[in-house]
Amino acid sequence: MATTLNIETLAKEDALEIFTQMLLIRRFEEEAERLYRRGLVRGFLHTYIGEEAIAVGAIPNLREDDYVIGHYRDHGHALARGVDPKAAMAELCGKATGCSGGKGGSMHLFDAEKHFMGGHAIVGGQLPLAIGIALGVKLKKLDSVVMCFFGDGAVNEGEFHEAMNMASLWKLPVVFMLENNLYGMGTDVNRSRAGGASIFGAAEPYMIPAVQIDGMDVMAVRETVSEGIAKVREGTGPVFIEAMAYRFHGHSMADPSNYRDNEEVQENRSRDPIDKFREDCLEAGKIEATDLELAAEKVDLVVQEAREFAEQSPEPAPEELYTHIYADPEEN
Amino acid sequence: MAEMLLRDAVSKALMEALDEDERCFLMGEDIGAYGGAYAVTRGFLDKYGEERVRDTPISESVFVGAGVGSAMIGMRPIVEVMTINFTLVAMDQIINHAAKLSYMSNGQLTVPLIIRTVTGGGGQLAATHSQSFENWYASVPGLRVVVPATPYDALGMFRASRKDNNPIIFAEHALLYRVKGEVPEEYYEVPLGKARIAKPGTDVTLVAYSGMVRVAEEAAAKLQEDNISSEVIDLRCLSPLDLDTVIESVKKTNRVAVVEETWKTGGFSGTIASDIQEAVFDDLDGPVLRINGPDVPAPYARNIEQLMIPNADWVVESVKYNFGL
Repeated sequence: MATTLNIETLAKEDALEIFTQMLLIRRFEEEAERLYRRGLVRGFLHTYIGEEAIAVGAIPNLREDDYVIGHYRDHGHALARGVDPKAAMAELCGKATGCSGGKGGSMHLFDAEKHFMGGHAIVGGQLPLAIGIALGVKLKKLDSVVMCFFGDGAVNEGEFHEAMNMASLWKLPVVFMLENNLYGMGTDVNRSRAGGASIFGAAEPYMIPAVQIDGMDVMAVRETVSEGIAKVREGTGPVFIEAMAYRFHGHSMADPSNYRDNEEVQENRSRDPIDKFREDCLEAGKIEATDLELAAEKVDLVVQEAREFAEQSPEPAPEELYTHIYADPEEN
Repeated sequence: MAEMLLRDAVSKALMEALDEDERCFLMGEDIGAYGGAYAVTRGFLDKYGEERVRDTPISESVFVGAGVGSAMIGMRPIVEVMTINFTLVAMDQIINHAAKLSYMSNGQLTVPLIIRTVTGGGGQLAATHSQSFENWYASVPGLRVVVPATPYDALGMFRASRKDNNPIIFAEHALLYRVKGEVPEEYYEVPLGKARIAKPGTDVTLVAYSGMVRVAEEAAAKLQEDNISSEVIDLRCLSPLDLDTVIESVKKTNRVAVVEETWKTGGFSGTIASDIQEAVFDDLDGPVLRINGPDVPAPYARNIEQLMIPNADWVVESVKYNFGL
């Protein structure tokens, strides 16, 4: 695993921003779970609790003209990309003000302006799309990169292997971000993958440089991804980063929680990425405890506003059922 | 007016796209060095280069998905899937992604993607290479399905497809590539969703699309020998569907048969038949006749393969029997 970037080198405002973003995702997800229990969020709700360090370590390294695309556990990616928490929460609640107009829901957040190209809910399905976005970038002769998130479950899909091959063959600007949380829904990765739980070696046959990092260490993610992006931007082809992770809650709210030992869950929760970063910062004297308290209060306010906005927003009008099935013809 | 093979009409349409729009590029299996399994893109690689005429690995899911992804950021890809049978391998990208992105993103994203593919049987290619799935795709909201039967329409509808901002299944029938037809020199378009009256008539309406249009026309000529006047309607598109032209015809003829190459169960003829009887039940002098291939996989041997593809005699006999003509 890559070594952790020395926290000493981090500017105070950057440290505070990282802490704030991770906490925002945590609190957003906790609120989403409460809204689910209240019946305001329905359908499937997959929370990112425990995996915040990956999105926050990875996505802010991108430029505005880069692209992010991922899977259905997408709230963290969206927030880290700057999608308005109000619009995201409204989407979870199926409101017209949601970032997908209430038509996508939790699994399908979109914000084209922010180049957040969607949460995609067919496992592995976003990988070919990422290839296409990267191909488009290349044909347009731009130097943007595409960051594509996927889970350990996706690597057994044919689309994963097809995408790896094409990305490497055509030297496409893709940062493959594997979030390995060790379970494809309820199935242990060791019971679903011949190669076992450590996956990054799967990139080797495709000649894609690959590395494995601790996805609970936001500084490790930040450093590795930053290097990865720089390499991809040179135009030499994709990179593959496996971030080892653990989701603290169930696969979705419907999870029976019967396939993991409580001991295992507790052990992983003791490595909480937000707690770790907070402690590291305090220990290094990087941030004062009062700074962190202040940041937490701000986060609480943002989440509260997001909830209120979602609750108070109107549902989509009935005619919205029929809009945007087809795009309008091009004007030319 | 020049005569042109349907194959050449499609080639011309593709060249226009590459010449006129720098956002267009072609991608698919063996379209470059090999020139296309049906030779539609022969010579393209030399003319346009490998950036814009892209031979892909045999990975339908990723190259169709790559078409979708590039369309999401404003390219206008034209993807060739060698035959419609192979589109099944890419169905996740076509149905779960291409067809859904505009709706799920509430219009933030569009997918201006043309998927060209080859449909139909009759070439003794057996069960896995002789199918027609246009009807399946036509049932998916968010997709357009274009099924030209003439060189004129192939070129005209391809031009219209390029201006449409939606994912399009553009299905070319393998046995029509060598069909000749008149194609004007001057520019024209054939709008999507407008059926064509291939032959006017008064006694019975024959509705068909793609390869079955010729069958219906041939049947109409034979029926005429018995003084039965048929109106042949070529749907040209399954989505959007021009039901109005069909309904207007049925109001006049009071009899209608829908001719379709694929299986009867789940066939698009069922949708048409249902729509007709809902709209003009009182105008009908008899049940809406569905003439489809039987529900069997395509066999290899020519004699029994021919038994599963509707032909003119089959249409003539069915029409006479069904309507007591």
